[in-house]
Amino acid sequence: MLDDFVARAIVAGVGVALVAGPLGCFIVWRRMAFFGATMSHAALLGVSLAFLLNINVTLGIAVACVVTAGVLLSLTRLKVVPTDTLLGLLAHASLALGLVAISFQETLRIDLLSLLFGDILSVSRGDLAWILGGGAAALAALGVIWRPLLSATVHEELAQVEGVRVRLVQAAFVLIMAVVVAIAMKIVGLLLIISMLLIPPAVARRFATTPETMAMIAALVGVLSVLGGIEASLAWDTPAGPSIVTVATALFIASLPLAGALWQGFRRPPPSAGDHAHGQHQGHHHH
Amino acid sequence: MNISTPRDDALVEARGLSKRYGGQAVVDGVDLTLRRGELTTLIGPNGSGKTTLLRLLLGLETPNGGELRKPDGLRIGYVPQHVHVDESLPITVRRFLKLGGAEPAAIDAILRDVGASHVAGSPLQSISGGEMRRVLLARALLRAPDLLVLDEPTAGVDLQGQAELYEMIDAARRERHCAVLMVSHDLHVVMAATDQVVCLNHHVCCSGAPDTVSEHPEYLALFGPKVAETHAVYTHHHDHEHDASGTVVPLGEETR
Repeated sequence: MLDDFVARAIVAGVGVALVAGPLGCFIVWRRMAFFGATMSHAALLGVSLAFLLNINVTLGIAVACVVTAGVLLSLTRLKVVPTDTLLGLLAHASLALGLVAISFQETLRIDLLSLLFGDILSVSRGDLAWILGGGAAALAALGVIWRPLLSATVHEELAQVEGVRVRLVQAAFVLIMAVVVAIAMKIVGLLLIISMLLIPPAVARRFATTPETMAMIAALVGVLSVLGGIEASLAWDTPAGPSIVTVATALFIASLPLAGALWQGFRRPPPSAGDHAHGQHQGHHHH
Repeated sequence: MNISTPRDDALVEARGLSKRYGGQAVVDGVDLTLRRGELTTLIGPNGSGKTTLLRLLLGLETPNGGELRKPDGLRIGYVPQHVHVDESLPITVRRFLKLGGAEPAAIDAILRDVGASHVAGSPLQSISGGEMRRVLLARALLRAPDLLVLDEPTAGVDLQGQAELYEMIDAARRERHCAVLMVSHDLHVVMAATDQVVCLNHHVCCSGAPDTVSEHPEYLALFGPKVAETHAVYTHHHDHEHDASGTVVPLGEETR
């Protein structure tokens, strides 16, 4: 079955979505969206590094992400510039540096577009092993640190006083993020990775009552986006990575309260104009 | 844990504790002794280093100088001043309490004790400031603490709520025999139940039983005559006095 490139794409995409959803929840709860974006921009640097040192690309990306995160965290403590400035600076500096480093290669063996936007339909068996192995390891590690990380997310100092080793747990979290960015690179590309991490939790929030249900719904939304995106890509010959993100975005829009109210009005033609207006008003109110 | 621990047995002891940020001493040579069953109130103007001292005692900061003696495995119940949980995190009050490592039955019982049973299933972000204070106290008490540390436990709570919270803290001290350290601005209220008042302005200005402190010239200089007067009103309502050792004696028996 894995001889088929579509089957490989689906397995790889679902594998990434299953870990990106739960991990993305923490990125949303901890307001680390920009941090995640910075990390994924550093992925390009990792790619050129891997080619330069002749090591595995996924490994190169993960290392570059971890190093960037380390630099970021230590610079944040120095408080030289505001954190968001630092994040923006580091994100685009590493992107630029990556592009420059790639240009130094005598023959251009790297398809830049596939790095930026992913190339899920060209996933090889070797890629698949990395994606599934890395994804399973990341998901397992997230499960192990789930409770202390949740505790530190709610209140860092309270968690620390209660005996949670906050620094260690946060370092593990950043490490897991680096692994997920590295394996998601092939699926949606570095410019779109962050949307795989943010959009599914954003959809899930409205339907979740506990952190765990939110993580599970986010994983499900991610899987649906991957399946829908690949389907759309094959049907209309659109680029697969952007198609996946577009489907996720459509799910997000559909999940908005306003969309729900409009849908209700659409399905049941209102007996009176007043009733319809009421439905819309409620939608606005929730929004 | 040991109920028979002598009252004057020191649980936590700080000697010459100091913390500097960029050359400036925020906490400067502080001596402090916390004992089981004793309520210590930390007072002082804004920016006097109260919160930093608390953080040192909690182990959230490392001191630059001095000594801090704590028994191994000291269980601390901490009530922080601020809790902000992002709206995107779906979490109920009950789950918040469970994060501290407590059993469901214990959670229900403690919520009754602090009078917050009605919010057990509510999203943490939806409860009022007063309810949040009760929930935080519940989380601290669920740890069966040896030491209860509270940073302005009644900030933003109405007068009735303040009195109830202080009553709960006092009850915790009596029933659980833990040491209590509290930062508070409610001078007139806390003086009543406090065993030891420590007045901080980077260094310890003065410390001791409430009456001793409220007459101390440094205390008067720090808080001004107006606050001191509020105190005078309070102390006049005393039906007892403290002798030099802090023991309660009937009015007028102490020689002046």
